[in-house]
Amino acid sequence: MIGTLENEIRARLAPLEAESLELHDDSAAHAGHAGSGGGGHFDVIIVAAAFAGLSKLARHRKVYELLADLIPTRIHALSIKALAPEEF
Amino acid sequence: MSIQDSIRQTVTENPVVLFMKGTPTFPQCGFSAGAVQILKNLGANFVAVNVLENAEVRQGIKEYANWPTIPQLYIKGEFVGGSDIMKELFSTGELEKMLQD
Repeated sequence: MIGTLENEIRARLAPLEAESLELHDDSAAHAGHAGSGGGGHFDVIIVAAAFAGLSKLARHRKVYELLADLIPTRIHALSIKALAPEEF
Repeated sequence: MSIQDSIRQTVTENPVVLFMKGTPTFPQCGFSAGAVQILKNLGANFVAVNVLENAEVRQGIKEYANWPTIPQLYIKGEFVGGSDIMKELFSTGELEKMLQD
């Protein structure tokens, strides 16, 4: 079932109508470290008009809200880069 | 005192507070380690709270800031962000400025 969680994350982030969404599964680099609880480590770079004019905090909150019920069980760690199109 | 009150007290009584996994000397998570590194690079004096020592704080801090992940940085009682935001603010020089003000 490789890629299932990635697909789910992409589907959850669809409301952002991202111009570009790069998602990397970085789980292998962290497998089994203390406290990881088995969830995945992901790295996401999102370029979306929805971020324009928002603070960094507000942008990250938008992403977290869409993924809320996956954290921390299925997503243990998430690195977010949220850019507006003109910043890309 | 409720856990929320206790967190509020911690972040308002100390100018710079980092809620993290592990300690500055022995961070237990790469993101917490990165956050500590940034603060050390800037020569910041900060209070570190190890959330792994207290399950109530670990859960409570997520509710306090309405932010699901750790580390979390507070400057003068204000929630600044997690490790990604710290990195961005560090690279633009904004974090250094915030710590000086």
